[in-house]
Amino acid sequence: MNQMRILSPTAILGYGFPIESFQEGMGRKPDVIGVDAGSTDPGPYYLGTGQSFVNAEAVLRDLSLLVPAAKAAGIPLVIGTAGGSGAAPHVAWCLSLLERVVSDHDLRLDVAVIHGDVPVAAAKAALAAGRMQPLSFVPELTEETLDRCTHLVAQMGMEPLIAALSAGPDVVLAGRCYDPAVFAAPMLLRGFQAGPALHLGKILECAAIATSPGSGRDCVLGTINSCGFSVTTLSAERRFTVQSVAAHTMYEKSHPFLLPGPGGQLDLSRVRFTQLDERTVEVRGSEFRPGPPTVKLEGAVCVGYRTFCICGIRDGGMISQLDDIFATLRQAVADNFGKKTLQTDVELRFRVYGHNGVMGPLEPETRPAGHEVGLVIDVVAPTQKQAAAVCGFVRTAALHLGFPGRISTAGNLAFPFSPSDVDAGPVFEFGVYHIMEVEDPVSLFPATYLVMGAQHHSTGRRQ
Amino acid sequence: MTTSDLNPAMSTAIGSTGSGTVPLHTLADVIRSKNSGPFELTLDVFFRSAEIYGAAKEQHIISKELIGHLYGIDTNQILEIVYYDAALAVKVTMARPASSGSPADTDVYGAQQHMPLADALVYWTGAPPEEGLP
Repeated sequence: MNQMRILSPTAILGYGFPIESFQEGMGRKPDVIGVDAGSTDPGPYYLGTGQSFVNAEAVLRDLSLLVPAAKAAGIPLVIGTAGGSGAAPHVAWCLSLLERVVSDHDLRLDVAVIHGDVPVAAAKAALAAGRMQPLSFVPELTEETLDRCTHLVAQMGMEPLIAALSAGPDVVLAGRCYDPAVFAAPMLLRGFQAGPALHLGKILECAAIATSPGSGRDCVLGTINSCGFSVTTLSAERRFTVQSVAAHTMYEKSHPFLLPGPGGQLDLSRVRFTQLDERTVEVRGSEFRPGPPTVKLEGAVCVGYRTFCICGIRDGGMISQLDDIFATLRQAVADNFGKKTLQTDVELRFRVYGHNGVMGPLEPETRPAGHEVGLVIDVVAPTQKQAAAVCGFVRTAALHLGFPGRISTAGNLAFPFSPSDVDAGPVFEFGVYHIMEVEDPVSLFPATYLVMGAQHHSTGRRQ
Repeated sequence: MTTSDLNPAMSTAIGSTGSGTVPLHTLADVIRSKNSGPFELTLDVFFRSAEIYGAAKEQHIISKELIGHLYGIDTNQILEIVYYDAALAVKVTMARPASSGSPADTDVYGAQQHMPLADALVYWTGAPPEEGLP
């Protein structure tokens, strides 16, 4: 039967994988290695600053195993959402690591680089033409927000990846991708159906996170054929079970079986999961419903600078009066820095671990229950200097604050660290998380073709 | 929040351990929360057996009103509640109080917001859940 095997070595490039299971996977003669390198999960900071949320040495370690193995086997390596967020600096960073691997292993590589950045002018034009829709609970988009984005990317679908793979490169290094597309594109290129290809991609993009027991750092193998697909583990300690695959199908999605993506929607309402053997699950009935070509835009804007202080409180009398004490401290900030400080410029938060530090406004418990609480004094201000000034002021004010029934007149807070205050740098938020209608899902994502290594390092044609 | 805040029709289910109610976690293998994008929080409940799932679905033991009460939010902050037969699961997706990683956020991945649901007392007229345990 016509089939295709896809090896997914790890949940995120740089999370690592055991060499044994990778070798086991290569022994199964995969047709392609796919790896997702990104996520919005770590928050907007990384897209905003252009930094990777994965360590460079860790990415180098994974690439130094994946690239030579793929080259030796003569199969493509497809990397999606390079550098974690898939904007230009992230792609350049990942490319520089790839260059080091090429040099260290004396390789010669044909590399297709696909760019995921969207020109702000194109987004503004779409906004003005009514071709931009917010997702649920996302604030309305304005031109001003678009102007404030440090980077603006779109999740590419399968089409740009298929176009790049058609040129036969050794490595495809793509900017921001719809995660399943990284795996589905090579399957579409071979003529397989989009429904099972994207559903298999949805599972493979997280690799062994979808197995039992789960792991962010182990390899899995997917096989697609004309009837559906199967997934199997590559280390004896892990299994795909009907429950683990079904559970992963609805992981981190708004709806359990309708999964919208670029250019259409996966409909998994009629899938059937079957346990084929102890480690393998077969899936049939995954359907794709094509829609108008769309992409999801992501942009992060800087909203201030943070300084925080971590401390603890063991005094029960103080713990019982925290709400009043926080009100007093807010008043002290207003007295010292001006009435409008906390109304306009500066955000001051008291995060009380042991009460509502984890759930904030969603926390149903009304008071701390334990004998001690952790307190994070969190200040976000227009400048780092201002944030540090307010945080330091609140810390000292809280340390020596008198309150009714106080017995510990030497100090109210326990600091685990010196220095106690940490400048955390810029704070971002997602200002853009919108669906943009596009005319051509390929041309928005231009590709560059490079030859790396063996004295052939030069830029080639541009698509 | 106290039981006095409740719609009287719900107070038996949510406010007390009276007969006919069980903690949701006794009916489920997995109860989890996670971001579904930076602006949404999604809760998944995987029931312990097809029988328990069937009864939970038929009795609508998880409603927008229950979720709204447990998390102190308006029901218009909750998307549709959807049961998924293939996974013996129900999914509830709601607005995040603050977008992921923004200044007011408390849980960037959204992975620790499940306990009010896990501890919720829900009406249960099916078989005692212990009998359905693996």
